[in-house]
Formats: sequence, C-alpha cells, structure tokens
Amino acid sequence: MAQFTLPKNSKVTKGKSVDAANGAVRKRNFKVYRWNPDDEDNPRLDEYTIDLDKCGPMVLDALIYIKDNVDAGLTFRRSCREGICGSCAMNIDGTNTLACTKDIDDCKGDVKITPLPHMPVVKDLVPDLTHVYAQYETIEPWMKTDSPAPDRERLQSSEDANLLNGDDGNGPAGCILCFCCSTSCPSYWWNGDRFMGPAILLQAYRWIADTRDEATGERLDNLEDPFRLYRCHTIMNCTNTCPKGLNPAKAIAEIKKLMVVRR
Amino acid sequence: MKNPLARARGLGSAGSGVENWIRLRVTAVGNAILAVWFIWFVKKSLQLSHADFTALLAQPLNAILMILFIISVFIHATLGCREIVEDYFHIEWMKISKLVGIYLFFFATGIACIFSVLKIAL
Repeated sequence: MAQFTLPKNSKVTKGKSVDAANGAVRKRNFKVYRWNPDDEDNPRLDEYTIDLDKCGPMVLDALIYIKDNVDAGLTFRRSCREGICGSCAMNIDGTNTLACTKDIDDCKGDVKITPLPHMPVVKDLVPDLTHVYAQYETIEPWMKTDSPAPDRERLQSSEDANLLNGDDGNGPAGCILCFCCSTSCPSYWWNGDRFMGPAILLQAYRWIADTRDEATGERLDNLEDPFRLYRCHTIMNCTNTCPKGLNPAKAIAEIKKLMVVRR
Repeated sequence: MKNPLARARGLGSAGSGVENWIRLRVTAVGNAILAVWFIWFVKKSLQLSHADFTALLAQPLNAILMILFIISVFIHATLGCREIVEDYFHIEWMKISKLVGIYLFFFATGIACIFSVLKIAL
C-alpha cells in the first residue's frame, strides 16, 4: 500500500530559534527545514528572525543572508538568482517554486521553507535528483534524425518554432528542469519510480513537437505505458505550481492525443 | 545499488495503456448519456408494482438500454478500480491479486446483471 505516514525518523521536530533582527522594524520569521545525514537526529524546523532591510526582496536573498550572517551550516542550491537555472527550487509557503523569484512580501505570516516534496533529501534544502535526471535521460532529450546532416542549420518555420516556444514564450522549451511540477504531483509521489512525471513528459513533448526531429514514433513508443504516461490523472498541480508559467498538463494531454491519433 | 538509468528504464515500455484510456473515456460518455435514461427509468419504476416493473423492463428498448448501461458502467468501474489499485498498491503480489479479484468480481456481477435483464425481457 502507499505509505501515508512518515517513517519514525522522518518526523519533523521543532528546531532552534535565532533572533538576528536586533529589534529591527521590518523583521520576518523564516522557518527552515534542516536535516543532516551525518547525525542521527530527526529533521527539524529552525526559526530565524531577520531584518528585511538587510537583505534583498526575494526568499533566496533571505536564505543567503541567513547563511552568510546567522547560520553558515544552512545548505541549499542556488546559482543564477533570476529564475533561469532552476537550482533553488523548494517548497515555500506551501508551494513549490523558485526561491530567487519568490517575493518575501508574497508570503503570508512566517515564511516556511522545506525541500521539494517527496524527494530523498541530501541535506537541508537539497533534494536528491538522481532518479529524475535518469528519467530525463530515458527520453533521449536530443535531436534524433536519420536524414543526412544538412550543410547549414536545420530550418524551422516560425509556426513550428511556436510549438516549442509558445506565442507568449511559455511553450515546452521554456522548461528549466527545476522539478517543481513533478514534486507537486501526487501521482509522482506514489509512483515516481515508474511514472515519468510532468517535468519529463513536458520535455518529451518538447522533442515530439519538434518538426526537425525524426523519431516521433519511437518517442511515443517509449512513453506508451500504463505507468510512464498514464499515471497522469490531470490533477493539474503541475500547471498551478510551475514558476515559469508553463503548462505541463497540456503537454501531457497532447501526448495522449497523439497516442490516440496514431492508432 | 542499481544503476540510476537502469532503474529509470526498468523493464521498458509496456507498449499499451492507450486502449484503457480510450475505453475509460468512451464509457464515461456512454454512462453520461445512458444515466439520463436510467434516472427516468428508476423514477418511473418507483411508482410501479412488481408486475408492471418487469413489463416495463421487458420492453425491447428498455431492455437494450439497460444492458448497454450495465456494460458501460461495469467496464468503466473495472478500469477505474484498476487505476486505483495501480496507483496505491505497490506490493506486486497484492496488486496482482487485487486486479484479478476486480476483474473476476465485475465480470461475474456484470454477467449476472445482464442475465437478469434477459430473463425478464425474453
């Protein structure tokens, strides 16, 4: 059966409280998930109170401030700090999103920050993405052609390019692989070992929809499976949570339509 | 210790799934249409004696619609229950035994329902 309760050593306990605001007027509490694989302790929620006038406006700015000035042991991924790399994906205020594009003022009350749900944790806010990257590799995310390579670029009409980029830039090619969508999907929580999840299916559709690619049938063959594709029950969490405003649920629906059309 | 790519690829694609997806949607449409007739039939039946009820069901159109409704509902229910089992049961022997049980139960009860209608109608 699916496991509905946390294992004994996974129960999140109350952690330490650190007031680093020093009586500031604009102060805010951040409750941050902490877990260290090197000790035997349960995960805990540490509470940090900081002065918002001393850091930038985004949640990532607050985390960097805490790491630099309050608790150097706090561990999280970050890189571009502008919503392009997808490194700082985490659950903030109950929603999977990017810490670098999430405004602190948009959070209600204390800002609760936990790792992406239902993924193994490496440490603190860092999830283990090994399996999801391996799933990404299974869809062979590169152009596959049998025709001889042309002397110049493989041309594409603007209409064809729109299938990938979307009229508003929100097409499947806009995915930054932050995995906010996959980790918000209950079907992926229960069957992530076999279900590809919305992020990988969106990426699969990106290559299926690419008019320059010549392996569409092979790609559909690879996905035609009760678990790989059809565990999607159109719950729509993926589309609701995508920090880039993409629509993985629509991409999955397009794949399902193609499965019917080719029969 | 399994290699991550080997784990992600698993046993490969089953090459099926679309049939059940189509059947679920077709039977959902069938259920929605036939449910309108079924509600009318139940409402009308409540006012009838047993003899009048069997006479109403024995009318060819009603008997045919009832059999179609049974087929559509039972196929839909079988596939729906299968989805639930595949979603939530992860111990292989338990999953397979539940699936076999579901198929046998709905097949047997479906046949029994159709037989009952035919017995009244013919």
